[in-house]
Amino acid sequence: MSATALMKDPLNLIIAGVGGQGNVRMSLVIGEALVREGLLVTIGETYGASQRGGAVMSHVRISKEAECSPFISDGQADVILGMEPVETLRMLGQFGNPDVVTIVNTRPIYSIDVTGGDADYPSMDNLLEAIRQLSARTWPVNATAEAQGLGNPILANVILIGALVGCGALPLDEKSLEPVLRESFPDDFDANMTAFNRGIELVRQQG
Amino acid sequence: MANIDIDAPGTRQLFIGNEAIARGALEAGVGFAAAYPGTPSSEILDSLASVADRAGIYAQWSVNEKVALEAAAGASFAGIRAMASMKQNGVNVVSDFLVNLVMTGSGTGGLVLVGCDDPSAISSSNEQDTRPIAKWFDIPLLEPGSFQECKDMTKWLFDLSEELGTICMLRSVTRIAHARGVVKLGELPKAQRRAFFDQVHDARSVMPTRFMPVPSSLRHALAHVKLQNAREKFESSPFNWYVGPDRADLLIITGGSCWLYSLEAVRALGLEDRVGILKLGTLWPLPEKLVEGHLGRSQRVLVVEEIDPFLERSVMEVAAALPPDSPRPVFYGKRSGHINAYGELNPDAVGKATAAVLSLEYQTRDVEYGKKANELAGANVPQRMMTFCPGCAHRATFWAIKNALKLDGRQGIVTGDIGCYSMALGPAGFFQVRTMHCMGGGIGVANGLGKLAQFGFDQPVLAVCGDSTFFHAAIPALINGVYNEANFILVVLDNSATAMTGFQPHPGTGVTATGQETGAVSIEAICRALGVDVAVCDPFDLAGTTSTVLEMMADGGRARVVIMRRECELVRSHREKTKPYTVRVDPDICVGETCGCARLCTRVFRCPGLIWDEEAGKARIDEVICTGCGVCADICPQGAITKEAT
Repeated sequence: MSATALMKDPLNLIIAGVGGQGNVRMSLVIGEALVREGLLVTIGETYGASQRGGAVMSHVRISKEAECSPFISDGQADVILGMEPVETLRMLGQFGNPDVVTIVNTRPIYSIDVTGGDADYPSMDNLLEAIRQLSARTWPVNATAEAQGLGNPILANVILIGALVGCGALPLDEKSLEPVLRESFPDDFDANMTAFNRGIELVRQQG
Repeated sequence: MANIDIDAPGTRQLFIGNEAIARGALEAGVGFAAAYPGTPSSEILDSLASVADRAGIYAQWSVNEKVALEAAAGASFAGIRAMASMKQNGVNVVSDFLVNLVMTGSGTGGLVLVGCDDPSAISSSNEQDTRPIAKWFDIPLLEPGSFQECKDMTKWLFDLSEELGTICMLRSVTRIAHARGVVKLGELPKAQRRAFFDQVHDARSVMPTRFMPVPSSLRHALAHVKLQNAREKFESSPFNWYVGPDRADLLIITGGSCWLYSLEAVRALGLEDRVGILKLGTLWPLPEKLVEGHLGRSQRVLVVEEIDPFLERSVMEVAAALPPDSPRPVFYGKRSGHINAYGELNPDAVGKATAAVLSLEYQTRDVEYGKKANELAGANVPQRMMTFCPGCAHRATFWAIKNALKLDGRQGIVTGDIGCYSMALGPAGFFQVRTMHCMGGGIGVANGLGKLAQFGFDQPVLAVCGDSTFFHAAIPALINGVYNEANFILVVLDNSATAMTGFQPHPGTGVTATGQETGAVSIEAICRALGVDVAVCDPFDLAGTTSTVLEMMADGGRARVVIMRRECELVRSHREKTKPYTVRVDPDICVGETCGCARLCTRVFRCPGLIWDEEAGKARIDEVICTGCGVCADICPQGAITKEAT
């Protein structure tokens, strides 16, 4: 076991998003980096039907001592990585607590309930206000727009991983992610590394 | 997918439960693996197939689960270690062969059946517990409580199967199968066995060399002897253990996914000194002496398990057989209402049940914060219903079916079954599908509806099934319709993949599980050989598809087939990484709510790539979501949606 210090044991991360965004891949990249730090990791995923445009989440549980179940208890998230703003608030509603750290991609994905007029999507101001009320330590990142600027919206996911590493909420740094990104994205490693560094920058700018 | 054949004994890898099961099979020296895809079981064969050539094993996607198990049994009869894996519904499909297989015994190659249940039916049509099948059919059953046990139990089950001469079963659930955890690897075998079917009959042998289930009295009795032998081994199995005080205020008896939930619940309540946990990995036959020994630890027993009260009833049977004056604990669980007999559990559900039995409070977050969190999320979080992916051919198909049924005007009915297209029961497919049961169930039901003319029934009947489902379960029902002259149209939704479960190939794709090219089985050739009229449509041609379906409905009186052929968009976009069209809504032409179309594109068609711009009062394309299929350009009555080839 490594000497990697955990601020809490187990440390609970939730990755929240919409089916099709790629959160299984995200949790795998983060989980792999954590295992290489010598930590015990359990990841619970949403697979199958909900991947078709539904709300999805990954529970990543990190411990030095014990194997955890793939479920985080209500109110027990330490970090929420939100790939979509409403999904971030959905997770805070169930798993948030006053100490939770939140990173949120501010680009909405409208559900068919919203586009069809059966439900309302709140304004971004209201949404961020609600998120901040539940999580004093919140880093909003317009990851999708940044990724489009880099040429491909899918890079938003690696920008968010950069933001997660940049805000220091997990026992991971640039060095622990680089080899995992290299193995995970062998064909376009450079673009992913640029996106990762951009994510780090985006949270460090916010101080 | 993880690299499951990494030759690094002693190292720790991050595997999903299914990969750990596949690794366990590899370490056991499995030679033959067969399966039909089904969530949450598919990655077992996916990962074995991905290493088959390197590992020198054989892996196949079978046409259905029954053939998968029969093929695996064939390998076992010739001395090769074999495994068949499937979801809960698949275990139903294999049941007829399975019950006979228990009577004949397995071969000299260990034979393992992996059944993956889906509590809460997260990606299933139904919720079902397969454990009772093991009890019903007399099959030894293990259930892993961790990722490590997925590997270790699978490996050991091959030894057990060979020793007992019967098929052995591993049950897992979604939160094990699809969760990811750390697994310490063991050694991989260096050589495979030689296959040989020994035809010498030895009547004295416990391991018969002829595989027949008769004489039934002898075979059934022998199955019970094997089960008794398994029970004796289970009494000292390392897969069962107890943690907690010698005498406890409460004894939790649990297994599978609920082991870690129970452990966390007891820790969250700080009750490690008061509550003991008996974790069982060998579920059938129950190691009764072991359980009896632990029952004396407490006057209260809470049985924690998902779906059916399988363990609960088995443990209560043990208690019922205690000597007359033994103290008997009070049982809590599903019977008492502390644990639901449906749906999946989690640490909170177990925490609440434990607290309720001991009259304690269970609270995992600050009450005031919790109130605020529920209010803010409740007020600001809209629903997010599942739907067909952007660019999915099924949306176009059901649009055409909807319009054809409307134009026909006889209240035609669509029967359906299992797959992505099950979502056509809801708004994704415009509520067109009216029935959903099992694989191929829709066409069976159409065989009944299609024979009701003598009772005054004149509604057209359309049965939909996927391409993989056509091969799996629709062909006998189609033949039945031809033979009995039933009046229905079978609509085959051919997207050239088993899309729901991860795009596995099937007989129609011309590719095997391990990527070899093979002769593609033609759906239309099969249908034509039955004497059925067949039409093939591209569902993206909305007008052509609608008129074909309409014409077929007008020309009734017998079984007909229309194939809707268009590759799954997820497969296409993964390969081509391009959008065929750039689609936009012309804001000068879209007149929004004043159009009279009632926002057909966003309210009815509802592709996630089409969004409603509140401020402008017009439809808009979400360029991140849109895959550029261009179908929506043909639905706008104003012609406001335009497509331009890229």
